[in-house]
Amino acid sequence: MSAALELLTGGEAVAHAMRQVDPDVVPVYPITPQTPIIQGFAKFVADGKAHGELVDVESEHSAMSAAIGSALAGARTMTATSSQGLALMAEVVYIAAAMRAPIVMALGNRALSGPINIHCDHSDSMLIRDSGVVQLFVENAQEAYDMTLLAPRLAERPEVLLPVLVCQDGFTITHSAEPVELLPEESVRRFVGDYAVPHAVLDLATPATQGPFAMPDYYFELRRAQVAALEAALPALDDVAFELTRLTGRPLAAVERYRVEGARTVVVAMGSTAGTVKEGVDAMRDAGEPVGLLRVVSFRPFPRAAVAEALADAKAVVVLDRADSPGGAPPLFAEVASVLYGGRADLRGHVYGLGGRELHPEDLPEIVSGEAPAYVGLRSEPCLA
Amino acid sequence: MGALRAWQELEPGGTVVRADAERVLTGGWRTGLKPEADLGRCVDCLLCWLYCPDSAIVLDGTAFAGFDLDVCKGCELCAEMCPTGAIEMVAE
Repeated sequence: MSAALELLTGGEAVAHAMRQVDPDVVPVYPITPQTPIIQGFAKFVADGKAHGELVDVESEHSAMSAAIGSALAGARTMTATSSQGLALMAEVVYIAAAMRAPIVMALGNRALSGPINIHCDHSDSMLIRDSGVVQLFVENAQEAYDMTLLAPRLAERPEVLLPVLVCQDGFTITHSAEPVELLPEESVRRFVGDYAVPHAVLDLATPATQGPFAMPDYYFELRRAQVAALEAALPALDDVAFELTRLTGRPLAAVERYRVEGARTVVVAMGSTAGTVKEGVDAMRDAGEPVGLLRVVSFRPFPRAAVAEALADAKAVVVLDRADSPGGAPPLFAEVASVLYGGRADLRGHVYGLGGRELHPEDLPEIVSGEAPAYVGLRSEPCLA
Repeated sequence: MGALRAWQELEPGGTVVRADAERVLTGGWRTGLKPEADLGRCVDCLLCWLYCPDSAIVLDGTAFAGFDLDVCKGCELCAEMCPTGAIEMVAE
């Protein structure tokens, strides 16, 4: 059972994962930088290597609407989008979560307009932060592949039944080629298994009404049930990740601790930036500076206990947000601050990388020392490089 | 309707799997008029049954048998559609 190693971009790797999962229905609308995902998958369908129904819908709003219908009809369903596509889809994303449709969506994270931009930040993910979907941020192409195999299993767990988004940084991951190890087809088939939802619409033996109107007597209850489902995704993620790791040998978890032990300062970040920070951490550790990285993989549900544990001994915590919340606290910072409330650690936050601006390993020392400005890499702020 | 359920007791997404719509009595929505039938003029064409937006027309096989006032909201469509004038709206 030797695994094949291929040179793939994150987008291509996810297309391969989709081919191997072989979903029944994929309603999708193309948008940069998600395009290579769906272009790759469309080619697999055209070549007869994937067997699902690829539905060329007229918009992302329709993509998610069709996805809800097919997922609840009893068909394993996947889709993909980015930025404006997710914005247009947002109304229906909330409904997908509320109807507990286990849809898997690949997201190529891209800055929201305006001004219009095609490069990475996490503002699109944060737009649907409170929609009730699971959001998992990967660091590289390999993890994008692994997580896309994991996602259907997590989404379809009976205690979860929620959309799962596999979020990869636009261009930095979607378009950058790396060696990626693909599992043998048979292992993926066995791992993913058969699709089942509790009350499939097309199962005439058990007729049901999906998505009923809920007045003040039930709306609150149904929202509460949704919270419980999202919280249940955390232990479920551990279970499914454990199973997948037995096949891949690669660990996957809600958080990754990188050289956190003995670290005086721990940097918290998500996505491909974790790779950049790891290089910076290594360089600083070589110079004798006790620095570590806590990479948040699962932003929703937010792994509060794991974050608290990883940051328990840090004297200083520095949160890097790739999205802002104008007039308020940036989203990752707000989460970490709520976890650390009442603790003694010195807590700081920086916004960086909006609209695809790069962060470099050399930026790390000033971020750690506190000399970096609130908006790292912005011209006319005290400059880093 | 039965007692309201707690969130732990609900189907995912609030999916309705029990056919309990028949137990939801909405006749109280009527605002003073109810239908009344003159069976001597009824020809069992069942246009009233076809047009009733609820399930207020009671049948006996394929024959008109009366009204279920627990769900009739007094919309008057049956009286309006009856081709023989057999249905009349009367004060409650």
